[in-house]
Amino acid sequence: MHDLILEVVNRLLLPFIQLFGMYILFHGHLSPGGGFSGGAVIGASLILYSLTFRFAKVKHRMDHDTSVFFEAAGALIYVGIGFVGLFFGYNYLTNRGVFPLGVPGQLWSSGMILVITLALGAKVSGTILSLFQELLEGGSDEHGTP
Amino acid sequence: MKKVLPVLVLAAIGVLLVLTVAEMPTFGDSYAPAHRGVMDKYLQDSAVDTGAINTIAAIILDYRAYDTLGEATVLFVAVLAVTAALHGGGHHA
Amino acid sequence: MALLERLYTNIYYLVAVVLFVIGFHTMLTHKNLIKKLMALNIMDTAIFLFFVAIGYRQGGQAPILVPGVEKFVNPIPSALILTGIVISVSFTAFALALVVLLYKHYGTLDSDEIIAIRGKKHV
Repeated sequence: MHDLILEVVNRLLLPFIQLFGMYILFHGHLSPGGGFSGGAVIGASLILYSLTFRFAKVKHRMDHDTSVFFEAAGALIYVGIGFVGLFFGYNYLTNRGVFPLGVPGQLWSSGMILVITLALGAKVSGTILSLFQELLEGGSDEHGTP
Repeated sequence: MKKVLPVLVLAAIGVLLVLTVAEMPTFGDSYAPAHRGVMDKYLQDSAVDTGAINTIAAIILDYRAYDTLGEATVLFVAVLAVTAALHGGGHHA
Repeated sequence: MALLERLYTNIYYLVAVVLFVIGFHTMLTHKNLIKKLMALNIMDTAIFLFFVAIGYRQGGQAPILVPGVEKFVNPIPSALILTGIVISVSFTAFALALVVLLYKHYGTLDSDEIIAIRGKKHV
């Protein structure tokens, strides 16, 4: 069913919701928020998009492969950042001797924390969207066998 | 009897828990046992050690980054488990 | 009475206990599987409230280190509960996948009927 009010309001609201989610992600070390909350807001905006417009259109924009790619990329970046500390002679996942720390209070500060926050945001949003699509298909694949 | 038994058991558990709540340290007390320990070190040293002014982000992503890696693994395993439960079995390609 | 005075001071813990008992009762008595899952989520929320409320200090601000603020709230319980929230989400997702499988297999979401169907099959 075409619902005109839902479509128009969602087209107006979705950019602001995603902008708010990006703000929470990028200011994870300056104000309350961080990786999990920012990823949850962005994932919720993607679910809202796929609930309002019909599902066939979503398969073009945000395929199942894309959301799984973002989730796996987030996890791999997290593990990879830890090995940088090992290469320089410190422990796994070290921040102080390895990454540039900067001035506390600015946007580009706190080395490892900013990169990990972005990776966690990608991972959590990919997880939420991928769980939603998985539960929606309900276990029947292309051949129709349950 | 079948309808009354859960209510009785839950009333017993509820009374025990309420009596425990009455014995807990006062809410908001600055000298409670939960605030002695590591809290002062985290509040004073996190701006110098990590460069982040959000103390909770500094705790979970710098002092305890390994635990957050385990948590990301739990999310990953949840997606794997849902995929295996809903698509597993019957795929003999 | 002194007991009521102490309960009024610790009212956040009391609300957490009340929420926990409500969730537990719903999980035991209602028959619909989705209601049981929602009651499990309510129990999780009650535990999170209990744990985070332990970290409050009188007159403290949020633990963002801006210059000019002296007293902060304890940040450690909040950092511990972040992991718990993620585990609650993962558990709910897997339980919902199992409910989808159960519905496909038995055709009903009522736990009493599922037990009756399984009982008849084994006789």
